[in-house]
Amino acid sequence: MRFVPLKLSLSALAVCSAFALTACGQKEEPKAAAPAAAPAPAAKPEITVKIGHAAPMTGPQAHLGKDNENGARLAIEDLNAKGLEIGGAKVKFELLGEDDQADPKQGTIVAQKLIDAKVNGVIGHLNSGTTIPASKLYADAGIPQISGSATNPKYTQQGFATAFRVMANDVQQGKALGEFASKQGVKTVAIVDDRTAYGQGLADEFRKSAEAAGLKVVASEYTNDKATDFKAILTKIKSTKADLVFYGGMDAQGGPMVKQMKELGIKARFLGGDGVCTPEFMKLGGDASEGNFCSLPGMPLEKLAKGPGFKEAFSKKFNAEIQLYAPYLYDAVMVMAEAMKRANSVEPAKYLPEVGKTKHDGVTALIEFDEKGDLKSGAISLYQYKGGKLDYVETLGGGAVATAKAEVKEAVAEVKEAAKAVGEAAKEVAKEGVKAGAEAVKAGAEAAKEGVKSGAEAVKGAADAAKAAVDKK
Amino acid sequence: MEILLQQLINGLVQGSIYALVALGYTMVYGIMGLINFAHGEVVMIGTLVTISVAGLLLKLGLPVALAGGAGLLAAVAVCMALGWGLERIAYRPLRNAPRLTPLITAIGMSIVLQNVAMLVWGRNYLTFPAIAPKAQFEFAGASFTAVQVMIVLVSALTMAGLLVLIYRTRLGMAMRATSQNPQVASLMGVNVNRVIAAAFVIGSALGAVAGVMVGSYYEIAHYQMGFMLGLKAFTAAVLGGIGNLAGAMAGGVLLGIIEALGAGYIGDLTGGFLGSHYQDIFAFIVLIGVLMFRPSGLFGEKTGDRA
Repeated sequence: MRFVPLKLSLSALAVCSAFALTACGQKEEPKAAAPAAAPAPAAKPEITVKIGHAAPMTGPQAHLGKDNENGARLAIEDLNAKGLEIGGAKVKFELLGEDDQADPKQGTIVAQKLIDAKVNGVIGHLNSGTTIPASKLYADAGIPQISGSATNPKYTQQGFATAFRVMANDVQQGKALGEFASKQGVKTVAIVDDRTAYGQGLADEFRKSAEAAGLKVVASEYTNDKATDFKAILTKIKSTKADLVFYGGMDAQGGPMVKQMKELGIKARFLGGDGVCTPEFMKLGGDASEGNFCSLPGMPLEKLAKGPGFKEAFSKKFNAEIQLYAPYLYDAVMVMAEAMKRANSVEPAKYLPEVGKTKHDGVTALIEFDEKGDLKSGAISLYQYKGGKLDYVETLGGGAVATAKAEVKEAVAEVKEAAKAVGEAAKEVAKEGVKAGAEAVKAGAEAAKEGVKSGAEAVKGAADAAKAAVDKK
Repeated sequence: MEILLQQLINGLVQGSIYALVALGYTMVYGIMGLINFAHGEVVMIGTLVTISVAGLLLKLGLPVALAGGAGLLAAVAVCMALGWGLERIAYRPLRNAPRLTPLITAIGMSIVLQNVAMLVWGRNYLTFPAIAPKAQFEFAGASFTAVQVMIVLVSALTMAGLLVLIYRTRLGMAMRATSQNPQVASLMGVNVNRVIAAAFVIGSALGAVAGVMVGSYYEIAHYQMGFMLGLKAFTAAVLGGIGNLAGAMAGGVLLGIIEALGAGYIGDLTGGFLGSHYQDIFAFIVLIGVLMFRPSGLFGEKTGDRA
């Protein structure tokens, strides 16, 4: 065979890789039709509210992106069916979906696109890695952003008034997972993450919590969010004989990873966060996933008042199983719409203050935000993979429980304080009383004395008078 | 020690997969000087077709071996047709165009195929039916599976088969002639169009086999799985000397082993300064080094510049 001269083959290589990269970066974008607000008829004004949504619709996390979009779409359809009226006009909600490919660069591109399309608010993005850089753009444009799935704490720590999330963050989740691992009797852990903002953030929080609980981290390995082969890093982990492998990342990697652990004869158990707590994980991991644990923010859907209803409506509408975040996305849209209604305006600047004051009884939780835009009651639930299903184990750590505990403690302390004060006061009162009593007695005695004296005097007087009278006679 | 052995096995298997895919690249490149970037997607289509066909037959209650075999055959048939179609539609009209044009078309075809696959098979991950034997072996503390052994064997046999085809058959001779000079070859009575089409068809059939191997190894498939795989295989082909069959094999295995050892030991070697996420850098440093000293790859023959 012939070989093309070296100059050509090299330049071909350079060109190819350059093209390969561009090809990777710019895939087709789903066309988001963005018709301007329909001309309002004079009689009944109607306004169109554009809600932007961004998630990976292509690539390894496309299944989760579609799930998110479905959750948001269901909310939009419910809202339109209800027929909201804001500021005297009939409101029609419209979803503008964008594909950010789970890529931080693409995330900012679609964010700008949504801003240019003059959306009234943004729901998303899916990944922390895309949500964080995009949030700066939304903040600059003053557009409220509610993410239903970005759990990296940084998102709300940047000080943007526009950033909210309706899910517990990874500080809470990492903490709960670390505590859970130590409760399981694990002594040594190997930590793997996918180097995304989410995976790395969760792994770091888990590490802190695990080390605080006295566990030893014997290996830290890394992969990426497009990998399928983990044998090299798992072999290294095998040599450390860790009791547990913790993975900070998504199901598309976690599933094959747990399978390859089994193939390599690794006995360690597997633990992961919300990214691997999906039906997809069990499908990909097969038998190897059985008996391992993962965590999800919030409470299990079945245990929530509106959970089963949502599940049914979702599967009826899309003929698909809920993958992961759809209920959170549904709530995010509802929170935004309610804030608009309370503010009686769809203008971002006008309804933004109302988002922070939300008190929404949603599908996933009672949603209230703290001053940073984080969920106030961020409980974390743990699940076990059992027979192809996620089996609820317990709800742990989490904001809700912690806050409740702290509140109870405070209350108890207050009661104690109060009791002490009451006792003190009673003592004081008693003392005072006794003193007063004594004084009174004394006064009484004095008075009596006085009385007696005056009586005597009177008697004396009378006697004197009588004597005088007798003397006159 | 058994860890090193295990890492070598990991690398060998991973490398054999790269090699199997790289053979497809190198086949086409050797004859036309074209890098068929859609080859990774052909592999992906092969995996997905097997999933559909074998999955269906298993559901109908056919024995595993039969369903697996039928799946493989279906994949090979579909991919051969695909390879032929690609050449006919995307590359033949550009046969005399500047070098860059078919390259861009190739990338375009790759994107088209990905999206077609997304529409047909959906966005979700698919599980590959268990058509491969599940046996697991232990050797000196390292464990490996029957599928891994199969992958190494299949790629070695495929390469040997291709060498025989190229150097011992009439078609092979025509291929070599076309590779040297298409005009002269056609003057000598070689049907250049048929030879090139044959290269695409054979390369794609290999892609289908690679797809089935990848599928049964990782047991998952996705419409974008071909992209990274294609890129890595292309790297392997360049490392070994693109256009050279033995080079593709050697480059693939080398790349796989470098990656495995890189991921396994880079942390220890640098005292934790570089972690296992630098495994790709390791592989590319070796690639750059090889290209600096042997610009046409490890096995690439030196050729003079030709007008």
